[in-house]
Amino acid sequence: MSTASETFPREIAAPAAAVSTRPAQPFRLAEAAGVDRKNLLDFTFDGQRYSGHSGDTLASALLASGVRLVGRSFKYHRPRGILSAGPEEPNAIVELRDGARREPNTRATVAELFQGLTATSQNRWPSLRFDVMGVNQFVAPILAAGFYYKTFMWPASFWEKVYEPLIRRAAGLGRASGSHDPDHYEKTTTHCDVLVIGAGPAGLMAALAAVRAGARVVLCEEDFLLGGRLLSERRMIGNRSALEWLREAEAELRAAPECRILRRTSVFGVFDGAYGAVERVGDHLPVPPMFQPRQRLWRIIAKRHVLCAGSLERPLVFGDNDRPGVMLAGAVRTYVNRFGVAPGRRAVVFANNDDAARTVADLAAAGVAVAALVDARAEVTPEISRIAEAAGAKLLAGARITETRGRLALRGAVVTDAAGTRHNFDCDLLAMSGGWSPTVHLTSHHGGKPVWSEAKAAFLPPSHLPPGMAVAGAATGDPLLADCLASGAQAGAEAARLAGFQTSLPAIPETDGESAELQPLWRVRGGKGKAFVDFQNDVAASDVALAQREGFRAVEHLKRYTTLGMATDQGKTSNVNGLALMAEFNERTIAQTGTTTFRPPYTPVSVGVLAGRHRGHEFRPTRLTPTHDWATEQGAVFVETGPWLRAQYFPRPGEADWLVTATREARAVREAVGLCDVSTLGKIDIQGPDAAVLLDRVYANNFASLPIGRVRYGVMLREDGFVMDDGTTARLAGDRFLMTTTTANAVSVSRHLDFCSQWLWPELDVQMISVTEQWAQIAVAGPRSRAVIEGVVDAGFDISNAAFPYMSCAELTICGGLKARLFRISFSGELAYELAVPARYGDALMRRLMEIGKPLGVTPYGIEALGVLRVEKGHPAGNELSGQTTAADIGLGRMMSKTKDFIGKAMAQRAGLTATDRPVLVGIRPWDRAARLRAGAHFLARNVENLAANDEGYVTSVAYSPALGHWIGLGLLQRGTERLGEVVRAYDPVRGGDLEVEIVSPVLVDPTGDRLRG
Amino acid sequence: MRIICPLCGERGAEEFVYHGDATVRRPHPDSSAETWNAYVHLRDNPAGRHSELWYHAAGCHAWLVVERDVRTHEIFAVTLAQDVALARRPVTA
Amino acid sequence: MAKTRYSIVQVLAQAFRGQRGWAPVWRDAEPKAQYDVIIVGGGGHGLATAWYLASQHGITNVAVVEKGYLGSGNVGRNTTIIRSNYLLPGNVPFYEHSLKLWEGLEQDINYNAMVSQRGVLNLCHSDAQRDAYARRGNAMRLHGVDAELLDRDAVRRMYPFFDYDSARFPIVGGLLQPRGGSVRHDAVAWGYARAADQRGVDLIQNCEVTGIRVEGGRAVGVETGRGFIGAGKIGLACAGNSSRVAAMAGLRLPIESHVLQAFVSEGLKPFFDGVVTYGAGHFYVSQSDKGGLVFGGDIDGYNSYAQRGNLPVVEDVCESGMALMPGMGRLRVLRQWGGIMDMSMDGSPIIDRTPVDGLYLNAGWCYGGFKATPASGWCFAHLIARDEPHEVAKALRLDRFAQGYPIDERGAGAQPNLH
Repeated sequence: MSTASETFPREIAAPAAAVSTRPAQPFRLAEAAGVDRKNLLDFTFDGQRYSGHSGDTLASALLASGVRLVGRSFKYHRPRGILSAGPEEPNAIVELRDGARREPNTRATVAELFQGLTATSQNRWPSLRFDVMGVNQFVAPILAAGFYYKTFMWPASFWEKVYEPLIRRAAGLGRASGSHDPDHYEKTTTHCDVLVIGAGPAGLMAALAAVRAGARVVLCEEDFLLGGRLLSERRMIGNRSALEWLREAEAELRAAPECRILRRTSVFGVFDGAYGAVERVGDHLPVPPMFQPRQRLWRIIAKRHVLCAGSLERPLVFGDNDRPGVMLAGAVRTYVNRFGVAPGRRAVVFANNDDAARTVADLAAAGVAVAALVDARAEVTPEISRIAEAAGAKLLAGARITETRGRLALRGAVVTDAAGTRHNFDCDLLAMSGGWSPTVHLTSHHGGKPVWSEAKAAFLPPSHLPPGMAVAGAATGDPLLADCLASGAQAGAEAARLAGFQTSLPAIPETDGESAELQPLWRVRGGKGKAFVDFQNDVAASDVALAQREGFRAVEHLKRYTTLGMATDQGKTSNVNGLALMAEFNERTIAQTGTTTFRPPYTPVSVGVLAGRHRGHEFRPTRLTPTHDWATEQGAVFVETGPWLRAQYFPRPGEADWLVTATREARAVREAVGLCDVSTLGKIDIQGPDAAVLLDRVYANNFASLPIGRVRYGVMLREDGFVMDDGTTARLAGDRFLMTTTTANAVSVSRHLDFCSQWLWPELDVQMISVTEQWAQIAVAGPRSRAVIEGVVDAGFDISNAAFPYMSCAELTICGGLKARLFRISFSGELAYELAVPARYGDALMRRLMEIGKPLGVTPYGIEALGVLRVEKGHPAGNELSGQTTAADIGLGRMMSKTKDFIGKAMAQRAGLTATDRPVLVGIRPWDRAARLRAGAHFLARNVENLAANDEGYVTSVAYSPALGHWIGLGLLQRGTERLGEVVRAYDPVRGGDLEVEIVSPVLVDPTGDRLRG
Repeated sequence: MRIICPLCGERGAEEFVYHGDATVRRPHPDSSAETWNAYVHLRDNPAGRHSELWYHAAGCHAWLVVERDVRTHEIFAVTLAQDVALARRPVTA
Repeated sequence: MAKTRYSIVQVLAQAFRGQRGWAPVWRDAEPKAQYDVIIVGGGGHGLATAWYLASQHGITNVAVVEKGYLGSGNVGRNTTIIRSNYLLPGNVPFYEHSLKLWEGLEQDINYNAMVSQRGVLNLCHSDAQRDAYARRGNAMRLHGVDAELLDRDAVRRMYPFFDYDSARFPIVGGLLQPRGGSVRHDAVAWGYARAADQRGVDLIQNCEVTGIRVEGGRAVGVETGRGFIGAGKIGLACAGNSSRVAAMAGLRLPIESHVLQAFVSEGLKPFFDGVVTYGAGHFYVSQSDKGGLVFGGDIDGYNSYAQRGNLPVVEDVCESGMALMPGMGRLRVLRQWGGIMDMSMDGSPIIDRTPVDGLYLNAGWCYGGFKATPASGWCFAHLIARDEPHEVAKALRLDRFAQGYPIDERGAGAQPNLH
């Protein structure tokens, strides 16, 4: 478990080794658009030291160092490498960092390299290279999709004991740290006119267009650099390199006063009225910077939204397409161009589209040998032929890769051409491209279904987008750079216009030519080895076929049965291929087959950032009473009562436990005088000519007849006839009442009164407001309480029993002019007062009362003693007001007026609420007076079996009564009022209890009420 | 969801407390048990436009009638509940 | 009707045949003109009802009509918890019956639904809450249900990684039901579907009911997207949409539809053994066999038929998660989803006849639907077959609201979003 000190940054000491002894990066190229070659960083993977540069991801640095094997798959534990260069990565997932900061399942392709980074491979034992569970590959024929539903059923008791533990141990990916997360998180909300999601060419143009119109723009980019694919490609924009154009665009946006650029920020969900985004503030550093969170949750409230999320490349489905070294073609270009890393020495490129030819050209330009370009299409353009020829690559059109070689790394591939001839190539890199799928996830977070386009062989955004959203760039299905720039500009300008700004379309720069022609190839038939569709979950084409064969043909059935698309990459590389295969096996179109629903989050989001600061003591706000500091000085022990922290008891030295203390405190109230902060009770100030009318309708008993200066106990019901709350209400004037509620219901009763006055009876001329926080209220209870009160009231106020009898109230001044309210009410059953002053005087008042009471033996008491006193008096409280009791159940049936309408009156007449066998409030005491009672025990007759049929009620509250010298309790017992004197059992099997108790009146102390009227 | 409170302006729905159907009306005290049961328990619960009560708990404490599509969460109109109640029930002596 | 019996022998045999010999798990049935019973809703409850009608009552001329795919409702979008740790006498016997059926389910339907009795622990955070749990535990014991009251140290031994020392609401103990646990949710639907299909039940997918035909006060069939289908009796098992479907027969129900979100984390090596509910916020969590933490919390709180929720509740759930288990911070939410719940006026379900002859209602499941699946099917089948409620479902009647016998575990009253 970690300590708080770990949350502050530690200096990462530079390794002692000199630069010259740093491990080499044999696959690092001379040029890189996105890494700083001068800045060297050290890191370890599986304990081995490596080096990289700032600007690297863990994946690019591993590739530069020649590491190919990075992980193991979920089910078969197949060796896996790096497939992609982005958030879609299914294979290269690692445990990042260690100790309490360990982050399982981190994609190496998005983990930014930092000095001292530590990463560990996962889901393997004992090591990545020699994984015992790799044996699963050889029993793969058994472990087909859903095999576990068909076996492990016999014998039944073996599931939990034998089969499941084995499955659980084999399953799972990375390891949770097991320690408390030492980092901080925070949440923030921002408003803007236009939110642009994605800072590729389309997003940059959209942001530029909106910013130029004067709109407030938030631009979110998942990557740590702006630019998107511009960073990965060698392109020209407006007669200069795309990178130069990017620098200018970024500079303009940075200079704009109303543009907030959030890098490292993933917009993960489209919710109603707000987009959710996570900014990874400190994930690229050893520890978050001082006073900065690890991550920050942004709730972005924008008038318009432009989604420029780009597209994701699809793998091709062929036999053994998962060997380390098989990589998406676009990712290969990213590693070569952006990171300056050659992902291999000798490559084969396999594609079904024009775009992949770039890969051949870029590899060749970087000095990587390209053995062959395998194009699945029968015919290719002259341009592609030219590129292949220039690169020295053998062009095989109409061909397929049907086999790959290599175990822990790719060693070769077999190509079968249109004529059926096999060509064997040695290679350590296989770049593949099955075309690109628009990143439409966010477009369907409101339930819109993406639409299949046969022409583009892709799912396009639904026609019904979330309100205010527009889509631009490759996410629309038009991946060409020129189109991205144009649609981005158009969407940005339009968004600003709809947000109320005058706009004009920015000039669209020229780009160099390109083509994205494609002919779908959903799988290679007749190949050898498993052809993976979902790499991480090991779902192969044969599993899709099996699902189809078994009738799991609906897309959701396919997903759920095979687990296709349910891995940590959320199907980003697998969904479309899987659906296409299901369509093929079903002999239906992809459009007919449909797609699964995209749900938030777009990319996995840490629980920590969604929780923000709400953890530990700050999980929920803590409400403190006005006398909290004073109580702390007295050594009070506090207890949570809802959001409040209240003094539970005030222990004195030598007191063995809370019971001793509470007993002393309760006795002091009965014998002398005690003080208790009761400010947490709800207080509602009700004013207006119709105030009494309203009270008569919300309370079951009558309030219109309450004289000014008097207080009355009231009970209110819910409209369904059960008790809602109770408390006293004082009449301060003809048109002014002060209601008190229980602590628990202060908020809901206030809301209820507003409901009644605004909605049920809007014609009533009455206003109300909660003043719970505005007034501190202190109970002064006990036979000597009058003397204490006398010490504070200003001269002229007569508190004699005659002038200020039980259930009186008054507004007065105390302590020489401080306005206050005095109530002669009693929860304890003693002569008692409650004195209220403006909250800021609560602390001072308590100190004054303690001082005045000192010679009288004044004793502060907490809510334990408060509970003792009220149980002795049989007053119902929270345990009895459970929301399941009627007024009659708790002995208040006679308070329900027969002469007026009130909330709950009609429904309280229902048979179930008036049944004579309902449990009703009784008092209990143990037959063996030395025995201790416990709340929650059930009442059973003495000589019956312990069966539910014999259950007659339960103990609601218990207390040790100092006045009686033994435990007492309250309970709800069937026909209880008829059973006084009877002995029943309080049966408490979960605590091993079974006690005989005597049924008595709930009021056990001073049943005639002489003391409180004294 | 964002609710435009007529008194406070546009706020996140997390500031509000939901109550439910605003079309049911509290019966006359002498109404039949059946009528009372319908008021307290029975709801149309439509899959579409829904007239419902919300309370601006973290704001002005006004009860609001919100017209909302419960399939899309789109909000069409927000009115002070008191105004709605007064309009439909003339003040009687 | 393929009657392949699933077993390890079959699985091995198929391994040598390239898995090519498996038959479809169910027939894709075309609707007939008339059935003895039509069940509206091909979710867990509807499919279980069909299976028990066939297996317990010999009624096999049954159709289950489903507007989407089988199991497309809440049986496939819940947090997979099973338990019978209820308080009130109207609920305990019913859920305990369900738990007993879970315990023999796989052998009954020959399908491994991975019923895993790993224990359900409800944490308590104050003396009053502990006493309330004692009351509940005692009620369970009186019904013959297993329940143990644990103190803080016992909880700490089971789950050492919870926040015991800096929590806003300290853990003081918990109520453990060792027989509670979790089940692979989709497999429940598939297993019941396969078993029912093998007894001749027609499972009709993509067949939305658009009307209920009532003649002379009696339900005689359903109008569907694929035409009218006649029935001797009709059972509605379409929680989430109960109000809409019941309205087709002119009924108004004591139900509102609300969205409940659930979450799953990325896969992790096993570290979280059982099911735990946090008592100072609404939060429950377990770890699936696949390794993901499956967790959830409160409903969003407003009427909704959209199967998606909003950020405030997402945050609220994660806050409770962090308050309970501060190590969750570095784990990631992989997926979240929303299901539409029938939130009833007292938080408890309804299995009963309706005022329309021949029309039976199974509704109002609130949060409790998944764990209830077997007993719900069992009791609903009993009701439909015999026209009288099953012993353990007697309290779940529709008129309890009018008569004043709510089964209100939380004491929240007739306010669905508070249950």
